[in-house]
Amino acid sequence: MNTRRTLFLAGLVLAAALVVAVMPALAQNGDDCPTCPVSFTGPSTLDPHSPTMIEINKLFDFILVMAGAVFVLVEGALILTVWRFRNRPAGEAVQIHGNTKLEIAWTAVPGVILAMLLGFTLRTMAVVRAPVSGDSIKVVVIGHQWWWEFQYPELGIITANQLLVPVGTPVEVELHSRDVQHGFWVPQLFGKMDAVPAHTNRMHFTVNSAGEYGGQCTQFCGEEHAQMRFSVVGVSAAEFQAWAANQQQPAPAPGGDAAARGQKAFMGGACVSCHTIGGTSAAGKIGPNLTHLASRNFIAGGVLYLTEDNLKLWIQNPQAIKAGALMPNLGLAPDTVSDIAAYLSTLK
Amino acid sequence: MATAASTLPASRPASGFMSWITTVDHKRIGILYLYTTFFFFIVGGLEALTVRAQLTWSNLKFIGPDVYNQVFTMHGTTMIFLFVIPILAGFGNYFVPLLIGARDMAFPKLNMLSFWLLLFGGLVLNSSFVLGGAPNAGWTSYAPLSTTVYSTGSAIDFWIFGLLLVGISSTIGAINFLVTILTMRCPGMKLTEMPMFVWSMMVTSAMVLFATPMITVALIVLFLDRNFGTLYFSVAGGGDPLIWQNLFWFYSHPAVYIMILPAMGIISEVLPVFSRKPLFGHQFIAWSSVFIAVLGFAVWAHHMFQVGSPLSVDSFFAAASMVIAVPTGIKIFNWISTLYQGAVKLTTPMLFAIGFISMFIIGGLSGVALAAVPVNWQTHDTYFVVAHIHYVLFGGSVFGIFSGLYYWAPKMFGRKLNERLGKWHFWIHTLGFNLAFFGMHMVGLLGMPRRIYTYASGQGWEVYNLISTIGAFTIALSVLLFMINWVVSMRSGEAGGNDPWGGATLEWSTSSPPPAHNFDIVPTVHGLNPLWAAGEHHAGEQPHA
Repeated sequence: MNTRRTLFLAGLVLAAALVVAVMPALAQNGDDCPTCPVSFTGPSTLDPHSPTMIEINKLFDFILVMAGAVFVLVEGALILTVWRFRNRPAGEAVQIHGNTKLEIAWTAVPGVILAMLLGFTLRTMAVVRAPVSGDSIKVVVIGHQWWWEFQYPELGIITANQLLVPVGTPVEVELHSRDVQHGFWVPQLFGKMDAVPAHTNRMHFTVNSAGEYGGQCTQFCGEEHAQMRFSVVGVSAAEFQAWAANQQQPAPAPGGDAAARGQKAFMGGACVSCHTIGGTSAAGKIGPNLTHLASRNFIAGGVLYLTEDNLKLWIQNPQAIKAGALMPNLGLAPDTVSDIAAYLSTLK
Repeated sequence: MATAASTLPASRPASGFMSWITTVDHKRIGILYLYTTFFFFIVGGLEALTVRAQLTWSNLKFIGPDVYNQVFTMHGTTMIFLFVIPILAGFGNYFVPLLIGARDMAFPKLNMLSFWLLLFGGLVLNSSFVLGGAPNAGWTSYAPLSTTVYSTGSAIDFWIFGLLLVGISSTIGAINFLVTILTMRCPGMKLTEMPMFVWSMMVTSAMVLFATPMITVALIVLFLDRNFGTLYFSVAGGGDPLIWQNLFWFYSHPAVYIMILPAMGIISEVLPVFSRKPLFGHQFIAWSSVFIAVLGFAVWAHHMFQVGSPLSVDSFFAAASMVIAVPTGIKIFNWISTLYQGAVKLTTPMLFAIGFISMFIIGGLSGVALAAVPVNWQTHDTYFVVAHIHYVLFGGSVFGIFSGLYYWAPKMFGRKLNERLGKWHFWIHTLGFNLAFFGMHMVGLLGMPRRIYTYASGQGWEVYNLISTIGAFTIALSVLLFMINWVVSMRSGEAGGNDPWGGATLEWSTSSPPPAHNFDIVPTVHGLNPLWAAGEHHAGEQPHA
């Protein structure tokens, strides 16, 4: 048996496979890519920005330390035992069948550790799910294939993709789904909860510091599960007020010829059967509300940043950008697409 | 002129294709299981490589979402239902009768049926690739995603039918194992003194018997919803999608133990033989399996901590899930104690058995982390969970399976696998495994959800994914080495004789491969490790009495 030759050949196969796998990665340049999906900086569970996440991280740190200690001890015992007793003559093997005291010890000690962990776990659960006291803001979050809708029932605002909230104010979330199950999660702010059809789930979180925190759907929900991003944007109370005041206005009248033509095309076409634009005749409820579309940073579950060029790409052929997108390709003329993109870009 | 002999049915052919098609010999059926399931392992492995290639770096377009979702669904479904569960049943088929000194399984024809149902279930499932597209709703196929509203076409129906056949196969097999083990042990073999692999198969079979009907029901109900207009999971019709999750996990969490207990049984055979010591704490290892099996039915909703259950429900399932770590720990401590003060011989099966313990420790610890509900809210449905399941199912079950293949190949085929290639296989396998899966803990904590076909750049996920992909191809290399070893050793490997390892259990007392009737004289045994106690001559060295 020529082991060396076999290994050499197998190594070649591996190398070839790796090159095939890695080449496209090297060819791709993620930066400076205006048509690449939206990316959030560090959506890490280890970088908490809410009081409840800080609590969860204390629990996680405790587990990490305990698990680390157990890992070192047990793995160490295993390796040392194998090392110490390897290759001994068979006659030296000590014929013991067991030891009841040891059995009791290694039942009891893990039991105590786990009881501690359970106590810590129950306490953290109670803290994270404790009812909100004092002022809060209520939002209704609705999962759709494959984008997130955000409603502020107290403010009469309906938006999508980006959830603006004031820093320091508890946000009470009511979770729904319009179709299949989705998972609502922002690693830096709150643990995930599913949006389950026919169920209303409730949770709450508070943003500690201003910034945009990325999230995405975590419950597999079909073809474009990967392209169902959203973000929570923490802003000051004043900024939130200003934003809300603007969102409560009907859509501004289009400025400029292209935008005017675009509005006409939009209102006269199939767009209105799915989309609402406040203050106009467009009142569809299937797709995202577009009243203040241009106040958002990205569209279609984060598959594109919101720019006029990207809007054109999207309207012209959504499936070219997001294969499973449910928005149909209406086969519009490029001029019409430009006009509609111009119109939508005015919806600040 | 009829003679008495001519009225007997024609005997089955002894060799050739037809002999394998018509066989009811548990050993041949076992080998059919092994080759069939190993074939599906390769299929599932290629699917895994496809997934890994696509995720190597951000924003790749190697395959699109449509293909990706089929491939990852089929990877999970294949590895669980067509590889790990049935290959362990394959070992059971071959070795349970031999280990208990029986001539065959209790119901040889049912045994045959189990195999063919498995094969056709697997073929039905995989035929979907060329008949309109493979299932694409994940191996969990949550409703309502898996209902006709959101999964048009027939892909999910292929999934249902394939799994129904496999489930029936599994159930029939479980009954067969239980009856065989309970009624056909050779004289002198007490239930509590059976070889640990047999004990594990008994406990596993009991789990299969109680758990599998639940997924059978779930699959039938889903089929009715999809094809006959029932509304169990339809929100519009007053149904509830969470019924699916409860039914599915009521089977699929016990399935985790169905996949690990027999592998634990295998290494509990291997460790004593290559330590030249009896298994430490035999009864504790045995009863901890029973404890795991019972408790295994009370932890299913730890897969559902994020569906919005009341805290009281989550608390119960958290506690039950943590408790399961105790019997698992008992096993690990007893295995290490088996090695302690032994004469440890690092053969390939032993390396894989030790690798099992070593990797399973990591999977067990991440499992405890996942049982802590708030941490689960953070890690559920991320790559952290993907890391966890692979440390228990690959680091555990698959290492155990390879340990068993190296250990028992000389019994099944009369030739040992090449030890040198075997050790190369082990080390490359272990390296690749850790490259592929350890980083997934980290990238999960960094927020990467599972089941996504692509991810944006700039989130710090690329390097971990690149390493994972390199690891996956490294595993593929090691499996390739194993297959080369298998093919070469089966033709020209070292002859093993009846007992190449100095084994303690009955299979080593008969020829390799054993005759159709297994034993010329049905053995009588006393106590654990009958061959060591009997002081028979072995190629291996004899431990002290």
